[in-house]
Amino acid sequence: MESLESLRNFAIVAHIDHGKSTLADRLIERCGALEAREMRSQVLDSMDIERERGITIKAQTVRLRYLAKDGKTYVLNLMDTPGHVDFAYEVSRSLAACEGSLLVVDSTQGVEAQTLANAYQAIDAGHTLVPLLNKIDLPASEPDRIRQQIEDVVGLDASDAVLISAKTGIGIEDVLEAIVTRLPAPQGQADAPLKALLVDSWYDAYLGVVVLVRVVDGVLRKGMKVRFMGTASTHEADRVGVFTPKKVEVDELGPGEIGFLTAGIKHISATRVGDTVTEERRPASAPLAGFKPSVPVVFCSLFPTDAGAFERLRDSLGKLALNDASFQFEAETSAALGFGFRCGFLGLLHLEIVQERLEREFNLDLVTTAPSVIYRVHRVDGSILTLHNPADMPNPSTITTIEEPWIKATILTPDTYLGDILALCSERRGVQIELTYVGQRALVIYYLPLNEVVFDFYDRLKSVSRGYASFDYVFADYREGDLVPLNILVNDEPVDALACIVHREQADRRGRALCERLKELIPRHLFKIPIQAALGGRIIARETIPALRKDVTAKCYGGDISRKRKLLDKQKEGKKRMRQFGDVEIPQSAFVAVLKTDREK
Amino acid sequence: MANEGLAVYIHWPWCLAKCPYCAFTSFATPPDEDLWREACQTELAFYAARISARRVGSVYIGGGTPSMMNPATLERLLATIARFWPMESDVEITLEANPATVDAAHFQAFRDAGVKRLSLGIQALREDALRFLGRIHGVKEARQAIEAAVRIFPRLSLDLIYARPGQTPEAWTDEVREALAMGAQHLSLYQLTVDPRTAFATRVRHDGACLEAAPEDSARLFETTQEILREAGFPAYEVSNHARPGEESRHNRAVWRYQDYLGIGPAAHGRLRDGGVRFATENPGRPDVWAERVAAYGHGAVRRQALTREEAQREARLMGLRLVEGLNADRWRRLFNEDLDQSLDSPRVDRLVREGLAVKDAQGFRTTPAGLQRLEAILRYLERGQG
Ligand SMILES: Nc1nc2c(ncn2[C@@H]2O[C@H](COP(=O)(O)OP(=O)(O)OP(=O)(O)O)[C@@H](O)[C@H]2O)c(=O)[nH]1
Ligand SMILES: C[S@@+](CC[C@H](N)C(=O)[O-])C[C@H]1O[C@@H](n2cnc3c(N)ncnc32)[C@H](O)[C@@H]1O
Ligand code: SF4
Ligand SMILES: [Mg+2]
Repeated sequence: MESLESLRNFAIVAHIDHGKSTLADRLIERCGALEAREMRSQVLDSMDIERERGITIKAQTVRLRYLAKDGKTYVLNLMDTPGHVDFAYEVSRSLAACEGSLLVVDSTQGVEAQTLANAYQAIDAGHTLVPLLNKIDLPASEPDRIRQQIEDVVGLDASDAVLISAKTGIGIEDVLEAIVTRLPAPQGQADAPLKALLVDSWYDAYLGVVVLVRVVDGVLRKGMKVRFMGTASTHEADRVGVFTPKKVEVDELGPGEIGFLTAGIKHISATRVGDTVTEERRPASAPLAGFKPSVPVVFCSLFPTDAGAFERLRDSLGKLALNDASFQFEAETSAALGFGFRCGFLGLLHLEIVQERLEREFNLDLVTTAPSVIYRVHRVDGSILTLHNPADMPNPSTITTIEEPWIKATILTPDTYLGDILALCSERRGVQIELTYVGQRALVIYYLPLNEVVFDFYDRLKSVSRGYASFDYVFADYREGDLVPLNILVNDEPVDALACIVHREQADRRGRALCERLKELIPRHLFKIPIQAALGGRIIARETIPALRKDVTAKCYGGDISRKRKLLDKQKEGKKRMRQFGDVEIPQSAFVAVLKTDREK
Repeated sequence: MANEGLAVYIHWPWCLAKCPYCAFTSFATPPDEDLWREACQTELAFYAARISARRVGSVYIGGGTPSMMNPATLERLLATIARFWPMESDVEITLEANPATVDAAHFQAFRDAGVKRLSLGIQALREDALRFLGRIHGVKEARQAIEAAVRIFPRLSLDLIYARPGQTPEAWTDEVREALAMGAQHLSLYQLTVDPRTAFATRVRHDGACLEAAPEDSARLFETTQEILREAGFPAYEVSNHARPGEESRHNRAVWRYQDYLGIGPAAHGRLRDGGVRFATENPGRPDVWAERVAAYGHGAVRRQALTREEAQREARLMGLRLVEGLNADRWRRLFNEDLDQSLDSPRVDRLVREGLAVKDAQGFRTTPAGLQRLEAILRYLERGQG
């Protein structure tokens, strides 16, 4: 057990790409936690998807030992968090396990929307914040201006912000000293009954379910019988340990410490993030407050391409949800697509990542329906239908009104792009609430219908601002709108998975854009394929995919028919990533990509 | 049982140099000619003991570059075949040749050994194209070889590769017209294909070189080719093969019609009916491995696989639809003792017919010209849901 005074628990928070994971690398390196040969860039980003995309998706915890200038050795628990808004739930849970935050700000870019959002979250969590100005090795770095910006925009005293380069290592000593001198030590009672916060969990092929906890009071010992208070399940903690970042087993974890336990947990449902772990023999009197549940905003349905894989999909979704507390799913049946699951996500990137992880880590072939938000349909008989899937839209004559979710969006932008951004917001039916200037930057707050935002708003915002504007949002409320179901017909057949709900005024534009986009996404077939968008029975847009002009192999190798057969099989194999609708094959990727409509315009 | 002549394919696995686009089994090493001949003779004897009561309708000596061989070797092989099976009076005996390996005297010796038809791989009639294709001969040698072959052999076929990078329909029209004027009765015109196991594929992977024509250009070139050759009296009878009527390659057509053929030599494949079952044979590509197996077992086949009825029908479909004549109903019945209709998905066939891509009548099922140039898509369409 470590003494409380020698402990420091902190999260690294920032806007996406401002250098959190790179800073974690330097801290790990400086504290000698990994040998040089084990080091690589963003070493904590261990998932393939994270490395390929260069972003953090999962928060990670590492315990480091640091010999400070005061001659004492400190134990530091570092939590690297993701910057993208879709993974904000990871951040909020990490914050609850720490007392302080390092707020990293890229000194070439300045304060961005997630800088603000994460800083406020950390303040709300009662954290002490240490601002760090990163990337000072770059010529474009303007630490003085950005320091002022932090004060003006975030409202945080930045006079003692630490200047660093996470890449070259400048200032790392100062960061470590700031951690031990400026961040508070945790508090807790070692002799009180055990009370530990279940921060995260995941499935490990060797260890089974692994649970990450922050001990608040009491001591968690190896071999202890523990009880998860929320799910009322009891287990024996057969392993207790910490990440250095390697897994290292220890005998016990005391107050203020962060570490893992395994307990031969078979049922994924036994673990729930935010739960309180206590001792069976001497339970805590009340559980910890836990976490606010995450509220999914984008929904889509997943179906196995092969109906026989349904159970395997269920099992995989369970394992994935264990590792991703913001992902939700429930079984669903569709007339068109069979048995599948309705899934909720925090955004489109989250959706893409989950889909990709299911396909890669669990080797599943999936059919994905077009993403949608939840609508509230008020019916003539007074009932309210919560509509997840546009294909389930009831007959219009039974509907009185439809409500859709709205968000409150915060956009930060250099003022040069303001005009275009305001135009974009009003095109998306936005209602302006606030517009303030801070130096050369504008802070805009808008109400926007979520439906207009989740799909390609972010891409559009990036393109009109050349990447300089940033964006964050929170759910606001439900509002009535003139909403209509837009159906897409491919080869004269309605495709449920492509149906969507749109505002009447946007219907023409969306219908046209969808048809044009599908024309690009669906490969040419043997026959020409009409694509139509329809409002009720009325066709509002139409495109035609011309037929293939030529597709024949020139040469067949003598009498080697087996080769010919294999070639044809391979071509057909390539078609597996396609979904068959009548005579037409639509690539899997089209269902999400089709919504990123007016990107190029 | 089968009344068509047996087709015998013999593979010669060596070339003077390996062309960078070519994925045929061939090695640029010195041939071990006697060992090869003896092992071929052993394989012929092996199959002769199993299928005796047949006449040979065609012999095709392919490669590789079999024109490298000593004509005496060929003479002895043909004698071996004649000893085992009676030859039909109009038996077709074809030899593949590379213009770099021949002179008139050599040609005459092959003719005297019994070769009746020469298939000459000229590939192009433009110097830059031959260089691009890595050929070891120039246009002049190609022309000389053609002139000698026209004089010496009763029948001549030329191989050309088109849809080369940057090739315009106009330039190709001129080139193919020159080829047409040279006296051959048969032309094989292949669009350049980058096969994954070739040096061209490596270039594409490493330097991102673009060696195949863009889809639209490829289509235009194909259509142009069909038109010119038809007008010149060389209609296509297979996707890439054109002949004056009656001058089609009997051997290759037997393979496309899914009649029995023997595969002799390294990398050779065969399809043989034996007691109502169809066997697929496949020889190993390495000459030494093949020769060892022949020495040990009398034949080189690494696999002698009995095909199920579905597999055999699928093969017959894949091959037969490459022919302009398509699948013939009578021949199908002889092959499988079953109506052609039964092995085709009729709603899909109807759709193809409606769209003008295929014809279905008493004679059988075949593509239209529009269908032929979309054959792979048609084959996939016909098979979806059944494999
Ligand atoms: N020049 C320079 N580049 C840096 C510095 N710190 C980080 N980078 C680069 O900035 C990019 C983003 O760094 P990450 O550490 O992945 O950023 P992050 O904040 O963890 O990003 P997310 O986890 O996706 O939110 C990488 O290309 C880093 O190499 C720095 O001090 N100087
Ligand atoms: C086995 S070669 C026989 C001729 C002889 N070996 C020669 O090259 O002169 C068969 C023919 O296939 C064609 N061919 C080989 N590889 C090809 C490719 N990658 N693309 C198109 N045609 C090809 C060439 O026209 C070649 O003449
Ligand atoms: S094209 Fe002919 S000569 Fe060239 S490698 Fe292939 S078989 Fe040999
Ligand atoms: Mg990161």
